[in-house]
Amino acid sequence: MHTILRKEQLSENVYRLTFDAVDIARERQPGQFMILQVDTEFGERIPLTIADADENEGTVTVVFQVVGETTMRLAAHEVGDDIPAVLGPLGRPTHIEKFGHVVCVGGGIGVAPLYPIVQAMRNAGNYLTVIIGARTKDLVILEDEMRALADELIVCTDDGSYGRKCLVTEPLKEACESSEKPNLAVTIGPPIMMKFCAETTRPYGVSTMVSLNTIMVDGTGMCGGCRVTVDGETKFVCVDGPEFDGHAVDFDNMMRRLNAYRKHETAARDTCRVLRTPDAAAKAGTGDAT
Amino acid sequence: MSEHQFRTRDELDKDARQLLSEIDVDALKPKDRAAIPQQDMPSQNPVDRRQNMDEVTLGYTEAQARLEALRCIQCKSAPCIGGCPVAIDIPGFIQAIVDQEYHTAAQIIKRTSLLPAICGRVCPQESQCQENCTVGRMLKDKFKSVSIGRLERFVADLDRTSSEAATPDVKPDTGKRVAVIGTGPASVTAAADIRKEGHAVTMFEAFHKPGGVLVYGIPEFRLPKKIVEEEIDALVRMGVEIRTNYLVGRTRRLTDLIEKDGFDAVFIGTGAGLPRFMHIEGENLVGVFAANEYLTRSNLMKAYDRENAATPIFEPKIVAVLGGGNVAMDAARTAIRLGAEEVNVVYRRTRVEMPARVEEVDHAEEEGVKFHFLRNPQRILGDENGHVCGIECLAFELGEPDDSGRRRPVPIPGSESIIDVDTVIVSIGNDSNPLIRQTTPSLETTKWGNIVTDEDGKTSLDRVYAGGDIVLGAATVILAMGEGRKAAASINQLLATET
Repeated sequence: MHTILRKEQLSENVYRLTFDAVDIARERQPGQFMILQVDTEFGERIPLTIADADENEGTVTVVFQVVGETTMRLAAHEVGDDIPAVLGPLGRPTHIEKFGHVVCVGGGIGVAPLYPIVQAMRNAGNYLTVIIGARTKDLVILEDEMRALADELIVCTDDGSYGRKCLVTEPLKEACESSEKPNLAVTIGPPIMMKFCAETTRPYGVSTMVSLNTIMVDGTGMCGGCRVTVDGETKFVCVDGPEFDGHAVDFDNMMRRLNAYRKHETAARDTCRVLRTPDAAAKAGTGDAT
Repeated sequence: MSEHQFRTRDELDKDARQLLSEIDVDALKPKDRAAIPQQDMPSQNPVDRRQNMDEVTLGYTEAQARLEALRCIQCKSAPCIGGCPVAIDIPGFIQAIVDQEYHTAAQIIKRTSLLPAICGRVCPQESQCQENCTVGRMLKDKFKSVSIGRLERFVADLDRTSSEAATPDVKPDTGKRVAVIGTGPASVTAAADIRKEGHAVTMFEAFHKPGGVLVYGIPEFRLPKKIVEEEIDALVRMGVEIRTNYLVGRTRRLTDLIEKDGFDAVFIGTGAGLPRFMHIEGENLVGVFAANEYLTRSNLMKAYDRENAATPIFEPKIVAVLGGGNVAMDAARTAIRLGAEEVNVVYRRTRVEMPARVEEVDHAEEEGVKFHFLRNPQRILGDENGHVCGIECLAFELGEPDDSGRRRPVPIPGSESIIDVDTVIVSIGNDSNPLIRQTTPSLETTKWGNIVTDEDGKTSLDRVYAGGDIVLGAATVILAMGEGRKAAASINQLLATET
């Protein structure tokens, strides 16, 4: 059983949940993800990256943004509730070694899955520049956690309400141009951000790893829904990824594929909001535990 | 079949009763038996079933089953048994039907087959037990053989609903523990056979529901999920533990099951779970799906139930299904039920070479699926938004036979044509799933990624056995069951020698 031990609201639509998952906490490595379901009869399976884990406590942590019906229902879960289905850890772990200077770029909710990678890169003895970006001050997450690990932390907001007023690509470009040119860039965030990060580093020849979060059903290679074009070849994010060479990923194709069910998601979210009476919320919170 | 006028179950039953009353059972000679008309399988009207997910075939009535059973001449050679991967005593259970001893018939089948209600529905009988049936040979048409599969289903369904259906006996606990990876047909069979010997069995399933391809792949209209649940429940009643949401290879390494978790043996029955693509232009456009994804969304995730299911499914208007197997038929017929206006199956050989069961092809055609034979897609065309808008196909003709004995399709240069579609469902087969291989480097596999086993189902690793599609490559439910049974026997033998 995956009982929720801690719940925190990090910003308007972003939540952090820590729950029991002994097997996953034991096996997980940086870069890996899980598939969650809030209802095993009619629920959707959604991939979420592991933001942290504690092997001794037997728990894992996810940070997620409410974007559709499932994340909305997940957000309605409280401490003590159970998440009925959690599968993981999935995907290939991040390749960690002492590269030298590593720039880690996280955008929005992407800062969460970046965190374990930053931890591991730190432990491997890298010099770390961490760049975190958000639309506005209230959406900046994990700043303190990152500051504790980074040699250099740069926060940017689109509206300039906190940190520098710029996109993450600006400090990334500066890092590429600095005398300490990075040996590796790791970027996790919205596809459009990862795309432009890869375009930023490309002229400098800085290898750039991106972590993709595509549509998935099973997460084990069976459905092929997560496929992306990498260097002209079809790859499955779930078993070949989730990390790929950002300079080889066809982001435009990936973004189109991510939008395949946009109409449905919008409709589901609207219906869900309408139904969010106390009764419906109570049902969403407890009715799923099996 | 399309030339037949549709007849309801009641009408078929009325004819069967009439005929049965005219027959002097004791006076029947083989020639008379072969002259009894083969009983049609009652089914839902094609017009109605296009609109629902309910099972298409309805099963024989008692009168039909008895008539069909009387067609069996009880020949001594019984070639049907040799054609059955689990060697069911077919003449034996058919005679029991003639004698109206239905419970006995069920017991005879269950001696060797664990899942008769499933096999009676999804086995390709025309290429197994019914292929060499003596009655079919007398009539010079294997499709006129005794309908063994339909009789198996009749018996199994009666047994399912009767109170006499019993849980198989389990021997006293041996203290030995066996891990079974996967919960599809090979694993279910292996788990049952191993548990019967008194060993503790734990099954590991990556999905949130057990059943494997029976649940995520085969649609409700061909195999009701309730039947699969009943079979799984029977395993649980026998004391088999099922752990869902557990991916061996990732949640736990295969070798850790033995070295750290104390399992005495492992059976791998993870199936052929990696959809093949054609590597043609446009296959990652929006609107191109592997049949696995399309079917899993509809079947396991219940996306067809739009009121209740959270999982979305693409709503196509004009569909092209690429491939000619059972999975292609399942995808095409699912698309029809989900409201597609037009569904086209594109297959590079002809109807005769289609690997799909004839019954499934006929059903698809009755439901309005269009077939384009001797066509192969060259590329998938997209619009300015990256959505599918058509497929370009090349025409083929049949040349010399290839390795599989089927005539090889040869392209006709300059014969390109375009079919306008908004959805493409790729159903050209599956490769073996790489997960266990990737995370268990010491396990020997073929260059196609299938696990190498010896004739007892043993892999290159000590105490590790494998069977089903992960060994065979994509095959059938019954072959997977045969493999599961074989490996289970080896595991039981291994554990019996150790005290």
